[in-house]
Parts: sequence; C-alpha cells; structure tokens
Amino acid sequence: MGRFLLGRLALAVFVVFVVTLLVAWAVRLSGDPSVMLAEGSGAITAKDLENIRAALGLNRPFSEQYAGFLVGMLTGDMGNSFMGGRAVSGMVRQALPLTLMLAALSLAASLLVSIPLGIRAAVHRGGAADQAIRILSLFGLSFPNFWLAIMLVLVFSITLGWLPPAGADGPSSLVMPVLTMATILSATNVRLVRTSMLETLSAQYIMVARSKGLTETVVLYKHALRNCAIPLITYIGLQFGGLIGGVVVIERVFNWPGMGSLAFDAVASRDYPVLQAVVTVLATMIVLVNLAIDVLYGFVDPRVRAE
Amino acid sequence: MNRLRSLEFILGAGLSGGMALAVLLSDWMFAGGADAMDLAMRLTLPFQSLAHPLGTDPLGRDVLARVILGGQVSLTVGLLSVAGAAVAGTFAGLIAGYYRGPWDLVLMRWADVQLALPFILVAITFAAILGTDMWKLIAFMAISQWVQYARVVRSATIVLREREFVLSAHAVGVRNHAIIWRHILPNAIAPVLVLMTLNVANNILLESSLTFLGLGIDPLIPSWGGMLSDGRTYLQTAWWVSFFPGLAIMLTVLGLNLLGDWLRDAVDPTTRSQR
Repeated sequence: MGRFLLGRLALAVFVVFVVTLLVAWAVRLSGDPSVMLAEGSGAITAKDLENIRAALGLNRPFSEQYAGFLVGMLTGDMGNSFMGGRAVSGMVRQALPLTLMLAALSLAASLLVSIPLGIRAAVHRGGAADQAIRILSLFGLSFPNFWLAIMLVLVFSITLGWLPPAGADGPSSLVMPVLTMATILSATNVRLVRTSMLETLSAQYIMVARSKGLTETVVLYKHALRNCAIPLITYIGLQFGGLIGGVVVIERVFNWPGMGSLAFDAVASRDYPVLQAVVTVLATMIVLVNLAIDVLYGFVDPRVRAE
Repeated sequence: MNRLRSLEFILGAGLSGGMALAVLLSDWMFAGGADAMDLAMRLTLPFQSLAHPLGTDPLGRDVLARVILGGQVSLTVGLLSVAGAAVAGTFAGLIAGYYRGPWDLVLMRWADVQLALPFILVAITFAAILGTDMWKLIAFMAISQWVQYARVVRSATIVLREREFVLSAHAVGVRNHAIIWRHILPNAIAPVLVLMTLNVANNILLESSLTFLGLGIDPLIPSWGGMLSDGRTYLQTAWWVSFFPGLAIMLTVLGLNLLGDWLRDAVDPTTRSQR
C-alpha cells in the first residue's frame, strides 16, 4: 500500500509540474504582451517596448521566470495581472467559487435526474423504459453543449423573456448554465448509474432483502443504491476533468465571471500570470480529485494496488 | 434485441454516411460556394423558398450551402486527427507490448501523464500559438490522443504474444516484424476501430467548440462552430442561422455514436451479455 500511495503521489506531482511547464512555455510563444499594452498609446519606440518588458519581468531568462512562478504558486503569491495590475490571487479567489458553484449545482441537478432514471433502466433492463433512456442518453452525448446553451437563450430569454441571457445577477442567471451542463452530464451519468446498478442487483443480498418482504423502493434506494455508491462516486470523480472543461466553455457562452472567463480573457490579452494561475489551479484540483479516487479505490479493492 | 441492434447500425451508418456523402459532393452541389450572396432574399425563413430550403442569413447567404460546405472542415479535422492518433498509437502500442523493456515503461508512464492532462485547458493554452490553422489543430488533437490507442493496443499485444499461434509462428522462424504485422495487428485492431469511431464523433464536437470560442478554425472559412458563433450575434432576428449548424453537428455525432456502440457490441461479446 505504501508503494502504491507513493507512486500515485509522485505521478500527481509530476503531472502538475508538466502542466505548469507547458503553460508557461506555450503562453510565452503566443505573443508579446508589451505590444498589446502599448497599443493605442501613440508613437511607440523600441525603447518603450523594452521598458515595458523589463517592468513585467519578461526580459529575464525563461528558467528564471518559471522558477519565480513556481515559488510564487507555492507561497500563494500569483503575481499581478499585466492588464491593470490587480493581484492574480484576488482574481482567482473571486472566480473560483463561481466556477465550483456552477459545477456542483450542475452535478447535483444531473444526479437528481440520472439516479432514478438509471435505476429504472436497470430494473426494467431491456424493456421499453430502458431503451428509451438509452436512446435519450445517446442524444445527450451528441449535443454540442454550447448549441444547447444558445437554443435555451433563444427560448427562455429571447422568445419568452423569462431569464437573463448572460451575466451573473442572482439565481436566475444560474438556471440556464446549470440546465445546459446538467443535461450533458446526465447523458453519461444515467449510463453509469444503470451499469453499476445492474451489477449490484444481481447480488445475493438483494435477493435476501426482497425475500424478507421489503418494499421495492427500500430495496432499490436503501440497499442497492448504497452498495453501488462507491463505483458510482469513482466514475463520477474520474469525469471531474470533463466537468470543469465543460463549465469553462459554458461560462464563456453565458458570460459567467468564473475561471473560464478569466482564462479566455487572459489568452486574448496575453496576460501570462492570470492564464498560468488559472490553468495551474484547475489542473491541480483535477489531479487531486483523481489522486483521491485512486487512493480510495486502492483501499477498497486490493487488485488496484497490485496493478 | 437483435432487431434493435441492426436498427442502430442502419441509423448510425445512414446518418454519418449520408452526411459524409453530402459533404463529399458539396463542392459540386453548391458550385456558388459558401459566400454567394442573394441580397434580394436576405433573411429568408427556412422552408419558404425552394432556392434556399433552410433560409438565408442577414447577408443573403444560403444556410443549407454553408452548413454542408462547413461540414468539410469538421469532417476533415475529425477524420484526420483520429487517423493520425490511431496510426501513431497503434504502432507505439505494438512495439511496447511486443518487446516490453524500458521503452514500454517510459511509454506507459507518459501515457499516464497525458491522460491526466485536462484537454480543454491545454487547448485554451495552446490556442494562441496554434492560431487558426486547420493542420496545426489536427496535429494538436492527434498528439493529445495517441496514447489512448497505444494503451489499448499494448494490453492486447501483451496477451496475444503469449498465445499458441504466435508462439508457433516464432518456432517456425517467422521474423518479429512479420509476427507483429501479420499475426498480432489483425487480432488487436477491433478495439482500435471502436475507439476511432467514437473519437471522430468526439473530435467533431471538440473542433466545433474550439472554433465557436474563437480558438479553432479561421472564422472566415465556413465551419459549424464558426457559423454558430456568427449566428449567435443575430439570434434575435434569425434563429435558423444558429439552429441548423448545431443540428448538423448533432446528427453527425449521433450517427457516429450509434455506429460506435454497434461496433463495440459486434466485436466484443462480453459487453453484449451485460446489457
């Protein structure tokens, strides 16, 4: 177990390291922010550009800039934005909760739908309900999420005028982003619930519970659902990266001021510190969730450790 | 059950095949190109005019022509990125699984790292460097996905190399590369085909997302993601301009997913028994 834990931990650290290095390297190849900063301020000489670069610390060698960034990340000092000079840690602290809230609400909404539907499909396996749910889930897997978002805006904002099309003013702004994400997530989740339920339902204790005369609802939701919770949490946890990726895209469509919006603005303005911080924070979270699941699963199932 | 399976195949092959055929013939069908403007017919509603069955946009460009021609980009990106990843990954997986040794170890650790990288974040980071060049996007997707194939092929190869028919080929003196090419590859290819089908669908979605966000293909080239991002600005006056490209993505991807599902069951009887 000790070796397994150490191996997983080393991999996690290495992945975060690779991500940070990739971002730091890629963002510097993408263009010079000093040119963008100087834009629109009249006649600019090469000397002025040189001064801007020196002020941003961009004239130092790459290794030095990267080391500075790593040390900063470890001490919680993410530097200042090139655009406006705000502390990046403050921007992240503002945006991250908004992204996580959107992700958590979408996941919760999706589970509220997928658990009953998945159980129903598993119980009536091969039946009409099962086939209908299967086909619906295939449709859900084939949607581009941003198209669904646009169509929701068309119906609920433009035609009906019930919901704001974008922005973040109060709970009404959350409805459409959550609905979009939850629909896409449910397509996968309903399949996961169904598969894990099928395995659980064939177990002997389910037969015992039924033969004791317990009602079907108690058997399914108390005995079976509890027992398939671990594989279910694992599968869902492994999709965490996809969930964050989806939220990042949806934030852009609805102008939701989370990490995704920060990242896109930073790409457009070559704001290195902001982009580096956003990607590092999100990638670290994804890696940590995957690590937690690996470790948890290694505890529960010795075969995973042996691998 | 069997009838449903064949229905799945017919529907999947019909949708994706039909779309592929339309896109293949698009240059011939819409000789005027995607930018031909019919100013007199601007903002025609869909299903109102025979000349413009899916309506026109505010510049008088035919939506049907743009959707079908726009498919060229999505299908090219989807097919070529998958082909590149599959060829590279299969080759690496065969070599690593057959010869094992230190390269195998390095490859698998690298695969772990790559599979743990969040794709969309990496794509956003690289978008500015990649610019709007289709070939760079294809290469980027292939590089970020080849390890999926390497993993699948490697584990199949490890099992196959111990099988009797491979051992006896060895015994009669068949060379290693001939064993890999003639005996192992044909037996390891089925899961690769399934993965390819599902990944073409997936990559069409990814390409259109990136292009929609302005991080993919040049917005001046008609593409499904680009049309959607264009159409969004006049959603209020012309909903059909953003509706039909999305529908085209959905039907194509749905067809490929159906086909992939069917193929998975056809090549792997164990998943069938679980249904």
